[in-house]
Amino acid sequence: MHLAYPAVLAALLFCTGLYGVLARRNAILVLMSVELMLNAVNLNLVAFDVWLRDTLHAGQALTLFTIAIAAAEIGIGLAIVLMVYRNRGTSDVDRLRDTAEGHEPDQNAARPEVAA
Amino acid sequence: MLTAHLAAAAQGPGFLSPTGVEIAFVLVGLATLGAAVITVNTKQLVHAALWLVVALGGIAVEYLLLTAEFIAWVQVLIYLGSVVVLLLFGLMLTKAPIGRSPDADSNNRWVALGVASVAAAALVWVVVDAFRTTWIDLDGPAQGSTKVSGEILFQHWVLPFEALSVLLLAALIGAIVLSRKDDAPTADGAAPAGQAATAATAAPDESKGQR
Repeated sequence: MHLAYPAVLAALLFCTGLYGVLARRNAILVLMSVELMLNAVNLNLVAFDVWLRDTLHAGQALTLFTIAIAAAEIGIGLAIVLMVYRNRGTSDVDRLRDTAEGHEPDQNAARPEVAA
Repeated sequence: MLTAHLAAAAQGPGFLSPTGVEIAFVLVGLATLGAAVITVNTKQLVHAALWLVVALGGIAVEYLLLTAEFIAWVQVLIYLGSVVVLLLFGLMLTKAPIGRSPDADSNNRWVALGVASVAAAALVWVVVDAFRTTWIDLDGPAQGSTKVSGEILFQHWVLPFEALSVLLLAALIGAIVLSRKDDAPTADGAAPAGQAATAATAAPDESKGQR
């Protein structure tokens, strides 16, 4: 099989995930796009491992490690999103502007009992 | 006659005579890419998670076509089995709207589209230019069978494997701590949120133990 096929597919999947991370507003959809980017990297690792016929099979071992780390990342990320949602009442990344400078104050600051 | 045959062999397989594996790879790749594009474009949040299942399943089929069968089944177990379920739980617990939500995309989506297009053009150009004359040899024994993967994982990669189990334990405890209720009587709706998140986070750890 031509090596360009999996490499081009991985590049296009990565850029699709990149678009999703930059364009989505809901934090959980951003996490989904991050998963797409990680899967593109995994596909690249497997393709190059099969191409190089590595005796250590470093590509496949790293793919397994990436999958496990992605599982840990999605668990922690969703826990953080749930905590933000519970404290702020929203999971839109556009509205979480507490650390931004030069913008109007957060509209959630008007109800401090929720943010407590 | 012989020299022509040798010249053809030296050039390797051509673009215009694709093998069955290549045709299958391209078709599944188109389906995967389409599902990924719908995932990042759809206005319905739950549909995005369901299209993500199609995209991740397509990538599992691509692993099978690249003879990495063990990684394909790990992909099915962990991504399709637990990560998508976790995402659906997250969508439910944050009270995501079921119907169309017109504000799913932020205002800078055209900037994002430009950045993604430029990145895609640059990456595809570089990759095609670099690997124009490179072929993967898929014949012979499978490179990613369960026997091969187990041998290399427990002969050469034991230390990272064990470190990874510690990392998963730390992530599990972190998720429990993050989603725990701090002061009990304030929020009643938070209790099932914390329990569901921790129960679902335990799933990757279990499936890793099966390896």
